[in-house]
Amino acid sequence: MQWETVIGLEVHVQLATQSKIFSGSSTDFGAEPNSQASAVDLAMPGTLPVLNEQAVSMAVQFGLGINAEIPEVSVFDRKNYFYPDLPKGYQTSQMYYPIVGPGEVEISLDDGSTQRIRVHHAHLEEDAGKSLHEDYHGMTGIDLNRAGTPLLEIVSEPDMRNAKQAVAYLRAIHAIVTYLGISDGNMAEGSMRCDVNVSVRPKGQAEFGTRAEIKNVNSFRFVERAIAYEVERQIELIEDGGKVVQETRLYDPDADETRSMRTKEEANDYRYFPCPDLLPIVLDPTYVEQLRDALPELPAEKRARFESALGLSAYDAGVLSANRATADFFEEVMAICGDAKQAANWVQGELSGALNREGLSIENSPVSAQQLGGLLVRVIDDTINGKAAKQVFQAMWNGEGDSANNSADAIIDARGLKQVTDTGAIEAMIDQVISDSPAQVAQYRDAEPDKRGKMIGYFVGQTMKASRGTANPQQVNTLLKQKLDALC
Amino acid sequence: MHDKTLTEIAADLTAGKYSSHELTEHLLKRIERLDPSLNSFISVTGDNARHSAQQADTARAAGTAGQLAGLPIALKDNICTQGTKTSCGSRMLDNFISPYDATIVQHLNAAGTVNLGKTNLDEFAMGSSSESSFYGPVKNPWDLTAVPGGSSGGSAAAVAAGLIPAALGSDTGGSIRQPAAFCGITGLKPTYGRVSRYGIIAYASSFDQVGPMARTAADCALLMNAIAGHDSRDSTSVTRQVPDYSAELDKPLRGLKIGLPKEYFGEGLSAEVESAVREAVRVYESLGASVIDVSLPHTHYAVPTYYVIASAEASANLSRYDGVRFGHRCQSPADLEDLYKRSRGEGFGSEVKRRILIGTHTLSEGFFDAYFTKAQRVRRLIQQDFIDAFKEVDVLMGPTSPTPAFDLGAHMDPVAMYLQDVYTIPCNLAGITAMSVPAGFDGERPIGLQLLGAHFSEAQLLNVAHQFQQATDWHLRRPAFAEETI
Repeated sequence: MQWETVIGLEVHVQLATQSKIFSGSSTDFGAEPNSQASAVDLAMPGTLPVLNEQAVSMAVQFGLGINAEIPEVSVFDRKNYFYPDLPKGYQTSQMYYPIVGPGEVEISLDDGSTQRIRVHHAHLEEDAGKSLHEDYHGMTGIDLNRAGTPLLEIVSEPDMRNAKQAVAYLRAIHAIVTYLGISDGNMAEGSMRCDVNVSVRPKGQAEFGTRAEIKNVNSFRFVERAIAYEVERQIELIEDGGKVVQETRLYDPDADETRSMRTKEEANDYRYFPCPDLLPIVLDPTYVEQLRDALPELPAEKRARFESALGLSAYDAGVLSANRATADFFEEVMAICGDAKQAANWVQGELSGALNREGLSIENSPVSAQQLGGLLVRVIDDTINGKAAKQVFQAMWNGEGDSANNSADAIIDARGLKQVTDTGAIEAMIDQVISDSPAQVAQYRDAEPDKRGKMIGYFVGQTMKASRGTANPQQVNTLLKQKLDALC
Repeated sequence: MHDKTLTEIAADLTAGKYSSHELTEHLLKRIERLDPSLNSFISVTGDNARHSAQQADTARAAGTAGQLAGLPIALKDNICTQGTKTSCGSRMLDNFISPYDATIVQHLNAAGTVNLGKTNLDEFAMGSSSESSFYGPVKNPWDLTAVPGGSSGGSAAAVAAGLIPAALGSDTGGSIRQPAAFCGITGLKPTYGRVSRYGIIAYASSFDQVGPMARTAADCALLMNAIAGHDSRDSTSVTRQVPDYSAELDKPLRGLKIGLPKEYFGEGLSAEVESAVREAVRVYESLGASVIDVSLPHTHYAVPTYYVIASAEASANLSRYDGVRFGHRCQSPADLEDLYKRSRGEGFGSEVKRRILIGTHTLSEGFFDAYFTKAQRVRRLIQQDFIDAFKEVDVLMGPTSPTPAFDLGAHMDPVAMYLQDVYTIPCNLAGITAMSVPAGFDGERPIGLQLLGAHFSEAQLLNVAHQFQQATDWHLRRPAFAEETI
């Protein structure tokens, strides 16, 4: 039997507001437990929520970013359940009238192709606190710093058919929210988490299979692995004559498996009803239009522009637009050096290689965009050759030169890397190499003419070495060929 | 001193007839002597009161005192006051010391009022008799075998007994007006959104409103001037400008159009109450008002509608009392579920549990549309009834309660108790403003006249009530209990 996988994602994005969604407390990550919990966050008797306008603005920006319908009115509901880290005994969320209606996200796949995934809706809600199970003499500690942090829950349609698409979708959401600056997108700190709905069905069957929901997966890699495990589990189950039950499961990255948390029968009845403490959000169309006008260029548009206006390949355009920090870096380098292809090659090649080796993000790159741009200016105007450029880059990486865009010049001067293009000087070096290498010259002379091309490499290497890498390689090649052939 | 109104006390303090300090000591002594028979206070905050009185006297001497400086008041114990117990009449909050002041308490403190204590109430303001308090029932000073009404029964009894000239109550489904009627005092329920709810322990959020309870409409106006207004911490409070509620009290009523809702004079209304209300209407006619009959056709649905929506909201509002962060926590819980079950089981009384259960049930999957959604629709119809009526008349009048105060322990059946609020609840569903003013007696027990006004018509309602009090003396009567000399 051929099986088809059906995947839908619920992505929770922590919005980067200064204060919480319903109180004035700070949302900073990593503070002392309960140091950012006010009377409102503690749900002290008599306290009331007041909606943070910044959270509304960010949610609307997201909606506009995915070309979604933005309903004029949305409403907060109470989702009732008891948990120690849920101070009010209900979570304020939006069940019936969410702030963002149906929209679309464009995802790009490894082969450079793109696909549209429909978003069912996105709604605002408050995060819960955290239960701390260690170091409390067998008791559980409650940290309410996170309680009330604004979340945007983005619910996709079940439009994805494999794990790669799901990851690409998650990356696209990540790119959009970081481009918009409405979230730091930091998955390790929980700024982006996702619930994955997975089902399988025989290929060709129209109706969906029974789905399992995998809760709280917090990395791109885990999403891929959790789906892979879950798909295999469901197919095996069905093929062995069993039935998939609708349930909530948890992905355990250490064991690389999903485990049942609770079945549908055990599921809570959340008893949603409109929150009487908060007025419906009514959006003035002018307000929405102002936000639309202020939207930055988003990943899909940027990718298209990189291809059409800058002439980059689909692959390069995809990689360079995938996150805002990389795109900004690339565009700055390009603006300084004026050559999109050089900028693209260096950002994706030398720079990204070095960043990967050191496990750094581009925001923390030791070589700034100005520095790299300045370096490429000197490559393009032939002041230095490619080999020297790599040396200059390494020097910058190690902290040589200042951070300005002329730091390349300082390093080039200090190290004497300026390219030698003076024919007389190069000829002198070649003559020295030839006279120092009689055996190699003899071999060259004895070789068949069509083999000589390969053998010239030795002489090029020696000459470049003699110039400490500064000789213009094209000139060295041409002059060497002339001089050696003259000896034959 | 203790039978004076706030307005009279303010004049006396200005004239130097006595100091706020002397008045405070006098009232504290009365509370100490008389309240054991009434049980109207849960906490008496003598030291704080003495301190505030001293400050008010100093300010008065320096000429910097405002109109309310030095005036003694009491607060219903569901209003948060920083550093003192705010119990809501519940074992659940018997150990709760509020870390902050309600917005209205900040306003009153800034105005210089002297807060003598926190008054008793039905647990979490759920009730119509003030019998369900963890601290025991409140007695009616007119007849110690009768209830004072509820849920603001402590505030009403304390004012009627001359323990305090005025107090704040809260009105979710009649909880200011019915006890005001039962105790022969004046009470105002403001329009929903007029007074901040920040710091008022929530029972049913879309209904709760704090308001003044005093001897006269003029005193209610004085307190409204201090507590009404927008609060950025309460999203449901309105930005609409606050008028001077005292300014129009003396406006003549000539030309006033009064509507009598026929549904408020039907089955279940006691003959004595009806005749007192009709007599009061005749007084208004003599003051130049015209009277017509009107209909509020959906009145019949108000009580069930209210109990569906209010209980639903309450079921969520009371979820925070889980034994985790504040309030009652059971001894040595075995696990989390045990902590929840026993803390809540021990902390809440039976009426509160009943409403949590009703609310939880009506919000449950499969019942939500039939109960909650339907009730929301009916609520809009009830609101529309009033909007239509106020196109024809300026105010509506009727009885506050179908009967005068009933005996303690008389209504053991909760539904019979709920039906006591048949005339007060529609106002809360519509969010409009209403008052109860003394309008007669059935034997020893007072009868209240209810005045209902359109949204934000408090100034007019206070004017209408004040004019009645200029023409009658029901509000000046005192129970024999209050006259005991000490």
